[in-house]
Parts: sequence; structure tokens; C-alpha cells
Amino acid sequence: MSALRYIADNWDTLGPEALTQVRIVLIVVVLAAAAGIPLGVVGVRRERFGELSLAVASAILTIPSFALFVVLRQALLAFGDPPVIAGLALYALLPMIRNTRAGIRGVDAAVLEAARGMGMRPRQVLLRVELPLALPVIVGGLRQATVMVVAIATVGAVVGSNNLGQTILEGINSGNRDVILGGVIPVAVIGVTADLVLAAAQRLLDRGRAVAVVAA
Amino acid sequence: MITFEHVTKRYGDAVAVDDISLVIPSRETVMLVGPSGCGKTTTMKMINRLIEPTSGVIAIDGVDTRGRDVVELRRSIGYVIQQVGLFPHLTVAENVATVMRLEGWERARVRARVGELLELVGMPESEFGDRLPGELSGGQRQRVGVARALGVDPLMLLMDEPFGAIDPVTRERLQDELIALRRVVGKTIVFVTHDIDEAIKLGDRVALYTPDGRIAQYATPAELLGRPASPYVESFLGRGRLVRRLGLIRLGEVDLEPAGGARPEVTVEIGATLRDALDGVLRAAGGRVGVTDGERLAGVLDAEGIRRAASTPARGEGGG
Repeated sequence: MSALRYIADNWDTLGPEALTQVRIVLIVVVLAAAAGIPLGVVGVRRERFGELSLAVASAILTIPSFALFVVLRQALLAFGDPPVIAGLALYALLPMIRNTRAGIRGVDAAVLEAARGMGMRPRQVLLRVELPLALPVIVGGLRQATVMVVAIATVGAVVGSNNLGQTILEGINSGNRDVILGGVIPVAVIGVTADLVLAAAQRLLDRGRAVAVVAA
Repeated sequence: MITFEHVTKRYGDAVAVDDISLVIPSRETVMLVGPSGCGKTTTMKMINRLIEPTSGVIAIDGVDTRGRDVVELRRSIGYVIQQVGLFPHLTVAENVATVMRLEGWERARVRARVGELLELVGMPESEFGDRLPGELSGGQRQRVGVARALGVDPLMLLMDEPFGAIDPVTRERLQDELIALRRVVGKTIVFVTHDIDEAIKLGDRVALYTPDGRIAQYATPAELLGRPASPYVESFLGRGRLVRRLGLIRLGEVDLEPAGGARPEVTVEIGATLRDALDGVLRAAGGRVGVTDGERLAGVLDAEGIRRAASTPARGEGGG
């Protein structure tokens, strides 16, 4: 209970940190989607590219976040949020690429043949049939990416990102469990909320779509 | 009119379609029938260029299809497939509107046409327009598929085993609906099936494939049943082919014996088939039926006359 009291008493610090956390996550998810969805689409058309992009995205996820943020801080010559956003966006690529790919591949062959047979151009097949039908699966990827990024973002505190990780670090340094939990609990709340919202979106989009949902 | 001139499709060393020449006359229904893997579906897909032939020429009304923009070609040909391929995320009305939208029709025109088509296939828009394909039965989905294919009123319709995955009762009803629909819309229809009975029921002509991608015989259903070109064709037709042929020959095409003496007790109309006449012969005490043309007695027919008519080419069937 004392962790909750800590949160209540220190909301002037924790509030802005939580906002930074949310802002980072939103930017990261938008960036990852903007890059990952097109990469996934191209990967379906060109199999070798598809496999390569998956391999690279998986390899990126094996880099420890702490090291990745530090390397990106040097590379970008920027302190604070930018290296964290860049690093997390790289992590989030894997679920975006993988789910876009799975979603498009899951579209019924008969539906595609009908679309082509009726005279849709390749672009029209993609925009009117493949992507709309893959959407629930792509949102599933977005959901995985979001949940993953919410937690890892706290590590960004070490390169100066002023998010909830700062409070956790402070707790670690002072050996105060309540302070650590004071940072961790808001992170969990943000993560669970985002997950629930996106899960609801997924269910809504699933209406009528006969595509298996590959979700977390 | 669709013409195939020496069309061959090879996949590596495997021959899917082997040197086919075929004329599909306008406004006729041509059935491509044969065992699975015989090349009938490949033949159809070469018409709208979902598959490109290895060699040979396919022309529509004398124009080589390779010279045409493939998208424009496909939009001018209605396409119905076995698994229907309705877009599961779009409503029935949106599905039917697909090609109209691709062609950039105005909203009001699309709406009017969609209503008309759904009415035509017996699925009024007021009841079904807003439903999703997942909420329909197999037969209803297939009707929507047909309505969608008729969208921009194409002159031709390609149907790839459209009723293959549907229960026998519904299939029969859909077949009858297609026959009725054809009278209204007057399209050239190329219809792929593995069911010889379906081919005989629906076809103006039937192209029967060998398992290795050739056409064993291309003829009207009555000709096919009357004079199978080879033992293969005969075995594919199955049992009772002459009995089945009886139902395809109208009495007007048959040589009748002159009417003499007393009017037979049992009569059939000249528009009826040999099958109806045989039924009459079996019922008549004297073994003869009178064939009437309105009030007039056009002639009589007995079992021997029916036998002769069933086993020889009817008038208009040509010799050879």
C-alpha cells in the first residue's frame, strides 16, 4: 500500500514521466507500423526479401536494449528520447513485419483469384482486399509491439529519457522497494490498458473476416 | 464468340492442355467436362488470362486476347468460382457492386444495378443487401457470386465448378435457376464441371476432355449420348446413355409414322420429348402414341419408332 501512497504523493514527478512514456510508445508504434507494414507487404511478394527482413528484425531483438540505446545515442548524437524511440521502433519491427506477412498470407486463395479474375489491378487487390482482410492480424502485431515497447521504454532512462524508468532507477539506487513499485505500477497500468484497447479493436475488426488471428 | 486455335499449355514437361481447337458460339452455354486434372479449368482460365497459353491463339470475336489490356479484358467477362470467393469483409451489396466501382460508376447507378441484380438472383436487397457473406448459406453465397459476375452486364460468363461444393438439392435448384436466368440475360457461358449429368443438363454443347488435356468429343448433349466418339467417351457418359438421350430429343425433330386409322388413345404434344413419348407408349394398350401439333394429329410413334429415333442422329444433328 505504501507504493500507492508514494505514487499519490509524487504525482507531480510521476505524471510527466508517465506522459513521456505514453508519448514514446505512440511515436514508436506509428514509426514501426509505417516501416513494418510496407516491409511485410513487399516480403509477401518477394519471398527472399521477406525471409531476410524477418531474420534481420529477429536479430535486432537479440541486442540488449541498454546497449542498443547507448549505441544509438552515440550514432544519433542525441540524448534523451530520440535514441530510445529509434531503438524501440527497431524492436517493434518484428511483430509488425511478421503479422503483416501472416495476415496477407492468410487471405483465402479463392478470394484473391476472384479479385484478380474480376479485373482488379495488383494495387487494388492489395488495398481493397488483402490489407483490409489482414487488418485484424496486423492490429494483433501492433498490440504485441505496444505491450513489448511499454516495458522496455523504461530502460531508456539510462540514456536520459525522462520516463517512468527514472523513478525505477531512483528506487534501485536508494534501495527503496516502494519507489521501484511506484514506477513499475504505472508502467503496468499503461501496458494493460493499451493491450485491452487494442484487443477490443481487434475483435471489432474481426467482424466477418475469415482470417485466423495470430495474436499474443 | 470465343475461339481456341491449337492452344497448348505446358508446365515444364507436363502438358495441361494439349493442342485444343474449339469454337464457343455467342449466347451458347458450353460445358467443359472431364476428370480432375484434365485441363478444363486451365482452358477456362486462359480465356480471361489468369493463365497464359504456352502456344496457340485465343480470340474473342476475332480479336486475339493477348492484344488486349488484361484488366479491361477481365472486367468484360463475368467470373464465378467454386469457392465463390466473396469478399468476407464486404456486405452482399458491396460485393455485387465490386466491378461497377472498379469501372467508376456513379453511386446512384451502382445502387440501382445492385438492387436489380439481387432481385434477379432471388435475394432482395432489402433483406440481404447489408448481410456479410459469412451469414449466408452456400447456395445464397453462390447466388451472390453470380449477381456479382453479372455486375457490369458482361457478354460472357466464366463459371468454374460453381455448384461443386453445394448439396445436391440446392445444386439442382441453382442449375434450374441458371437455365431460367440464361433466358433473361442471354450470355455466352463457359462452364467447367466434372459432373457429366450437369454438363448434359445445362450445356448447349459439351466439350469432354481426356485425362491428358485433349478434347475427346465436342458436341451437343444429344449427339454425345447418341454417338459417343470413342469408348472413353462412352464410359465417361456412364450407363443408360440412350435413355438419357430420350429426354433431350423433341418429337418435332423425329420422323413420325403417318397417322392412319383410329386416333390413338394416348397422345403427346409435339414439343414433348422422346422420353414423354416412351412413357405414353408404355401406358397405351396398343403400344402407340399419337403426336399432336395443336389440334392436328401430326403422326404416331411406337416403341420401334422411338428406338430408331434414339439410336440414330436426329434432324439437325448432322452426320459423320
